[in-house]
Amino acid sequence: MPTADETSKILGASGPEIVPASAPFGSCPIPIFDHKRIVLGHGSGGKLTADLIEKIFLPAFRNPTLDKMDDQAVLKIGDLRLAFTTDSFVVTPIFFPGGDIGRLAIHGTVNDLAMSGARPLYLSAAFILEEGLAVDDLRRVVESMRAAAAEAGVQLVTGDTKVVNRGKGDQIFITTTGIGIIENDVNISADQASPGDKIILSGTIGDHGMTIMSQREGLEFEGAIESDCASLNELVITMLSTSTSTQRRDFIHTMRDPTRGGVATTLNEIASRANVGIVIDQRSIPIRESVKGACEVLGLDPLYVANEGKLLAFVVPEMAEAVLHRMRQHPLGSNAAVIGEAVDTHPGMVLMKTEIGGTRVLDVMFGEQLPRIC
Amino acid sequence: MCLAIPGKVLSTFDQHGLHMAKVQFGGVVREACLEYVPEVQAGEYVLVHVGFALSRIDEAEAERTYQALRELGQLTELEAPVDDELDERTQFVPVKVDPGGN
Amino acid sequence: MKYVDEYRDGAIAAQIVDEIRRTLTRPWVVMEVCGGQTHSIVKHGIDYLLPAGVELVHGPGCPVCVTPLEMIDKAHAIARLPDVIFCSFGDMLRVPGSEGDLFTIKSLGGDVRVVYSPLECLKIARANPEKHVVFFAIGFETTAPANAMLAWRAREESLNNLSLLVSHVLVPPALEAILEAPGNRVQGFLGPGHVCAVMGYREYDPISARYHVPIVITGFEPLDILQGTLMTIRQLESGRATVENQYSRILNCEGNRAAQRLIGTVFEVGDRKWRGIGTIPMSGYHLRDEFSRHDAEKLFDVAAIAPHEPEICISGEILRGLKKPHDCPAFATLCTPQRPLGATMVSAEGACAAYYTYGRHLSPHGSDPLRPANSETENVHANR
Repeated sequence: MPTADETSKILGASGPEIVPASAPFGSCPIPIFDHKRIVLGHGSGGKLTADLIEKIFLPAFRNPTLDKMDDQAVLKIGDLRLAFTTDSFVVTPIFFPGGDIGRLAIHGTVNDLAMSGARPLYLSAAFILEEGLAVDDLRRVVESMRAAAAEAGVQLVTGDTKVVNRGKGDQIFITTTGIGIIENDVNISADQASPGDKIILSGTIGDHGMTIMSQREGLEFEGAIESDCASLNELVITMLSTSTSTQRRDFIHTMRDPTRGGVATTLNEIASRANVGIVIDQRSIPIRESVKGACEVLGLDPLYVANEGKLLAFVVPEMAEAVLHRMRQHPLGSNAAVIGEAVDTHPGMVLMKTEIGGTRVLDVMFGEQLPRIC
Repeated sequence: MCLAIPGKVLSTFDQHGLHMAKVQFGGVVREACLEYVPEVQAGEYVLVHVGFALSRIDEAEAERTYQALRELGQLTELEAPVDDELDERTQFVPVKVDPGGN
Repeated sequence: MKYVDEYRDGAIAAQIVDEIRRTLTRPWVVMEVCGGQTHSIVKHGIDYLLPAGVELVHGPGCPVCVTPLEMIDKAHAIARLPDVIFCSFGDMLRVPGSEGDLFTIKSLGGDVRVVYSPLECLKIARANPEKHVVFFAIGFETTAPANAMLAWRAREESLNNLSLLVSHVLVPPALEAILEAPGNRVQGFLGPGHVCAVMGYREYDPISARYHVPIVITGFEPLDILQGTLMTIRQLESGRATVENQYSRILNCEGNRAAQRLIGTVFEVGDRKWRGIGTIPMSGYHLRDEFSRHDAEKLFDVAAIAPHEPEICISGEILRGLKKPHDCPAFATLCTPQRPLGATMVSAEGACAAYYTYGRHLSPHGSDPLRPANSETENVHANR
């Protein structure tokens, strides 16, 4: 059996440093540990991720475009406004009900562009393949990407391939970039959300995240539960073409797809960027029974579970009904609902009226959402 | 402590010497161990905690008590004297939120 | 979902609250024992719905919170060892020991796995005969049947590469410790629904009698908690003090006999140290000698690092219902779920963590942030 000596040898290896902090409440040093190593939580889209961005990436690369921190960069080149984005896909398992890593890569990138109101045009894809990956699996992924690109009306115009040793890359990683054009009268970004805006959610929450989780946790689902992975650009065009008396297309202030971190995290990001308060009604949020059941069983909160084919839109109140109506006519928006509104009280804070009539503050997710027993 | 969820037993089977069941929770199906409620049959509801059924839900009792809950507002009770000051609520003053979350 | 959705009905909730208000003639302090009940209260905003005369204080029913630092350090030391597969419920992964948490150990190459059920450890042990699988068996009585079954099957199948690191605690001695403590304000209890589904509730009769406190065994959904509160208030207002069962659809006074039998075969009651409270005699389970081969505490000779608890932490007082998270100067400033200083912030179920997660640090003590902003909020105070 391992002895204390062997143990302390291992414990002597580097772990987080205990840094005594100067405490305003007395002279005793309080151990506070900062992350000296990347942990899984850094990738989950919540506070840890934001922390990493703020502390490591932003300071190094700071510029006005990056500082806007939208899902896409809007670049002005001459008279043209380009939306430019990048994303990487590391999902496991690589094949899942409703999609695969390839389909996810195309739709995820298209959506990042579409959320700024851009017309997505061209994508690139770089593949990092693990030694030992079945060529048939690669073929399947690539065919899926072909079909997804065709669905979205985009072209893959450049790419790259690398192979890493077995064990150094989880079968396949895909990194993409995408560019699109934003028409002149369209101006959509997080910081434009305004008090009074109605918040529309395009459909049911938690489908993608719970599909992935269910594959890992060995949950079976009755009835179809699958990833909602889809390109939203057509839906966005439909929304933008809602007829208005002014003929202007400035009635959508903000759009974002609630991917990692879920609806709650995305609403917080917008509330923070635009410095508005948000109030939503739990009873108005569409969710499938099976997703709800899975969340209950695992002790997860669906508001923090990833979605890959849904969007949140902040719409001027007088146009909300009309936009909702247009959305419901599109297959990807058939379950669309107004879930709340932006307010001028409690700026930066997201509140939810719970199903029993109580109140809850929705904070940003911290790290990984873990199944709990308590 | 104690995240335990009610679910419906769909089928029972034996595995590795343990009596098990497939239990349905609102559209999700998961295995649970029935060793502690061996008399439970398919179609009945159980309370499941960390993969173990701990008790059989008494449907008649559930119906009876839920009915009592629903009738609560219809009971005629004499109004007990209530102290108005008990119900003071502080006016909410919005606090500036630091987006860094600290 | 049946037996879940109907217990979240807003209209019935409002009716129960009205009934509580009609019954109330003076303020009362009621403690909900379970961390799961605390979680439900804070998540659904139930405390915002209750009339101000009912004060809910949070109890020590969070096994993650009360696991002593020495035990967490032991767990981490074992998890760091090569050839060990360390399995744990998700709740424990982010609990910091004296140096880092299980996530950190995982990032350094430790084989740490989250399991939903202890039975998964049997599969892992069978599949990895050359490794030693250790399961962090924490919990109250609710989880004891599952953990007991794991130990039992490990012995039946002679899985000698499987052991449990046990840190089990019991509710009744904790209630007595709370009631005995000087300065105790708790006048009634919402008893632990799922613990009693296993153990029954006979052992609460002597406590209720000796201290003259109502104990209403309560479930976890909002309507359960509201109904349990109503039953407690009714007893208090009429001067009664007995044990009642709100959660009758799930349990009766006997509990689950089969579970109690196996627990008794595998575990014996002994003293346990509770983080933030200290040692409570005869308040926990230890593996019996017959299961020594599967007792990680005996198998692994790991020296605990001298644990250092920050002096500023008032977890002990929070776990006993003497203080609330807002009363702590470090709450949400020095102490957050990212950087927890003590017991009640380390677990998602702990009172401090629950308050922080549901944003309670952002609104002044006791006030509902939606009231002034949303005129549509069901104003249960309207009919006065």
